[in-house]
Amino acid sequence: MNRIVAKEEFSRNPGVKMMQIEAPGIARKAKGGQFVVFRLDETGERVPLTVADTDPEKGLVTIIFQEVGKSTMALGALEVGDCLADFIGPLGRPTHMDDYGTVLCVAGGIGIAPTHNIAKALKAHGNRIITVMGARTKELLFWEDKMRALSDEIYVCTDDGSYGIHGLVTKVEQELLEKNRESGEIGLVIGIGPPIMMKFVCKTSEPFGVKTLVSLPTIMVDATGMCGACRVTVGGETKFVCVDGPEFDGHQVDFDEMMKRQAIYLEQEKVARELYEKEAGCCGECGGDRQ
Amino acid sequence: MSEINKANKLPRHPMPEQDPKVRARNFDEVPFGYSEETAMAEAGRCLRCKKPKCVEGCPVNVKIPEFVGLIADGDFLAAAHKLKETNALPAVCGRVCPQESQCESRCVLGKKGEPVAIGRLERFAADYERAQAKMELPAIAPSTGRKVVVIGAGPAGLTVAGDLIKLGHQVTIYEALHKSGGVLVYGIPEFRLPKAIVQAEVDYLKALGVEIVESYVVGQIETVDELLERYDACFIGTGAGLPVFMGIEGENLNGVYSANEYLTRSNLMKAYRFPEYDTPIVKGKRVATFGGGNVAMDASRTALRLGAEKSYIVYRRSEAEMPARNEEIHHAKEEGVELVLLASPLRLLGNEKGWLTGVECIRMELGEPDDSGRRRPVPIEGSEFVLEIDTAVVAIGNGPNPLVPSTTPDLKTNRWGNIDASLETGATSMTGVFAGGDIVTGAATVIEAMGAGKKAAAAIHRYLEEN
Ligand SMILES: Cc1cc2nc3c(=O)[nH]c(=O)nc-3n(C[C@H](O)[C@H](O)[C@H](O)COP(=O)(O)OP(=O)(O)OC[C@H]3O[C@@H](n4cnc5c(N)ncnc54)[C@H](O)[C@@H]3O)c2cc1C
Ligand SMILES: Cc1cc2nc3c(=O)[nH]c(=O)nc-3n(C[C@H](O)[C@H](O)[C@H](O)COP(=O)(O)OP(=O)(O)OC[C@H]3O[C@@H](n4cnc5c(N)ncnc54)[C@H](O)[C@@H]3O)c2cc1C
Ligand code: SF4
Ligand code: FES
Repeated sequence: MNRIVAKEEFSRNPGVKMMQIEAPGIARKAKGGQFVVFRLDETGERVPLTVADTDPEKGLVTIIFQEVGKSTMALGALEVGDCLADFIGPLGRPTHMDDYGTVLCVAGGIGIAPTHNIAKALKAHGNRIITVMGARTKELLFWEDKMRALSDEIYVCTDDGSYGIHGLVTKVEQELLEKNRESGEIGLVIGIGPPIMMKFVCKTSEPFGVKTLVSLPTIMVDATGMCGACRVTVGGETKFVCVDGPEFDGHQVDFDEMMKRQAIYLEQEKVARELYEKEAGCCGECGGDRQ
Repeated sequence: MSEINKANKLPRHPMPEQDPKVRARNFDEVPFGYSEETAMAEAGRCLRCKKPKCVEGCPVNVKIPEFVGLIADGDFLAAAHKLKETNALPAVCGRVCPQESQCESRCVLGKKGEPVAIGRLERFAADYERAQAKMELPAIAPSTGRKVVVIGAGPAGLTVAGDLIKLGHQVTIYEALHKSGGVLVYGIPEFRLPKAIVQAEVDYLKALGVEIVESYVVGQIETVDELLERYDACFIGTGAGLPVFMGIEGENLNGVYSANEYLTRSNLMKAYRFPEYDTPIVKGKRVATFGGGNVAMDASRTALRLGAEKSYIVYRRSEAEMPARNEEIHHAKEEGVELVLLASPLRLLGNEKGWLTGVECIRMELGEPDDSGRRRPVPIEGSEFVLEIDTAVVAIGNGPNPLVPSTTPDLKTNRWGNIDASLETGATSMTGVFAGGDIVTGAATVIEAMGAGKKAAAAIHRYLEEN
């Protein structure tokens, strides 16, 4: 159970890795927009990651993660054949399926992973998909082929111009929404990536009045609605991301509050990371690899 | 009466405990428990009444005079077995039951003096059995070939599983968290209920043949309707796990926790042992807990153990109205928790970085009795004051966990979201689906959840025989 059957490194520094986990029940059930929680071992924390893809026949769930702290670094250090203590899901609500016409998916960095599974479901439902995907630099881009395969139109950007369009994803979003003014075919924008990017995806779409969904990566503990760690303010109301979300109407989300809440454990996260790097005999430069 | 007076000549035996100053800084269990001599002496106080009132006060009617008598005779193992005839979790109940409002409140000795320390004796016998490693496995009826699924491994679900496996049914428990025990593992702290005890009870069920699948969130990975395709009957014991917030300004500031989050981080995830364990927790220096029940006591005492210099409990009524067990209030005060009574929070104050800095409260006075019979607190105008704090824990109650009801369309719930179920049988609006514990009654007690489990197990057994 919970065995790692495939692993691929997408980027070395910062470390971005893909893994396929054997979890037949979750693979059968998970829909676009849902997530899992993993726990490495007895002393591990419960860490949420989006389901990036599933293979129900083989019983596999794909996750893609960036090594930002102890838990994701330690996960990245595992190899094919290793098992996770827990792999729990699918959690959260699936993306609401509807006939939106055209859906504009704006994905930044690690946000490409969740966007993939959502776009895949929306496409299967009969929607037209326009994808704008971007990252800081070329090395951090992944799954362009998979996104291309399911998109009717695709734009790839890098902040530093090392690949594709030179500029932020929001620049392309702005242009596409301008063009869309007359046709009005885009019925939904989905923006997933770092919180600050999601905030600007929403700021960009707001004047156009196009509904915009974001997927919020709040800090979680149980991820079953039991603790409230994941709470955010949406339209003036407190919501629990793990059971009411993770997707919300981005124009209603209080991003500033959410970003402040993400910083609650900065100090402890640093302690845990440094301790891990010391124990793993790692310099911290390579992005989490043991060697 | 003279007999009662005679028995009361020997006062109730206190239970030795860790020194308050020392224990307020560690997570080890507070009381050490009775020695064999003390237990026998305390048990000797019992009059073995013909019509024991204490038994009526116990929600599962533990055979109190019998087990106490066996302790008095020095037959501790037999006492433990006698307890287990009616109570599957005596080591737990001896520690966390509100005896003062149940069995001990009815003991005849209490009329003239102090009641027999039934809870402490219960704990003693159960601990004795565990220490002997002489866990006796009861006889199990021949297999009936019927399969029952239990959702939730709290006291209610564990009780149902234990009873049904003994009757020869095949039982599987699905538990959402990675550890079984419900509130016993995620809510009640180590210093009050060592987790090894809960684990021993769970292991006992496994030894009986109960299959326990953890990290399995029913409603998400599989619905009740889907489970019913594989099982002949279903018991829902998912508890009251939805934290209630106060709905006041500033509740999402950094440093503000629900009691569930605070206690889950500390107990289930062992954040008090960070960084050995990965899960962090804010170790506040000045902590305020809002509420007056067991949950509030647990949170405020946990705060001290995490290093708080000040740990306040802010409660809107007076100490007499606090719903917590007497022993918990007593222990909390001994350890240095300060009660801020007749006060209610108005808003939480924060700085520009989003961190909590204080709470504005208002003083209250007690007015006319309300529906619960307790006097209603009324705010005193102009009495606002600010308490400087860096951590706040909201412990004003929990609602029913909605995951299962919201994914089971045919399951009827009441307007608070609790499952509609018979208090006698646990039967719900769905055939073959039973429910009990906090998900039905709202947040209550361990023993009541177990009592509901016992009744439901009997009803499920009847249902399986008839269908
Ligand atoms: C529903 C959901 C889906 C997610 N999907 C993915 C995913 O597909 N891929 C992926 O790489 N990450 C995803 N995340 C974020 C992931 O959970 C965090 O990166 C992870 O918890 C970091 O743990 P750590 O111990 O490695 O780092 P920590 O040391 O805990 O944190 C390091 C840094 O990451 C930030 N951080 C901590 N927790 C989170 C968090 N929950 N979300 C975002 N940042 C956090 C901290 O502010 C800190 O700066 C998701 C989060 C949620 C809630
Ligand atoms: C901090 C605290 C202190 C307390 N102190 C005392 C005390 O001193 N004395 C006392 O008598 N009572 C006390 N109580 C109350 C007592 O613990 C509860 O009344 C009792 O645990 C209820 O039992 P239960 O089996 O109904 O539910 P729970 O103990 O809540 O167990 C429910 C279980 O179901 C699981 N679950 C929920 N949803 C799902 C799902 N969808 N799929 C699978 N599993 C699911 C949960 O994870 C949990 O493990 C306290 C409660 C708290 C919170
Ligand atoms: S009421 Fe008190 S004295 Fe009588 S049997 Fe019960 S514990 Fe013993
Ligand atoms: S993570 Fe606990 S309620 Fe969402």
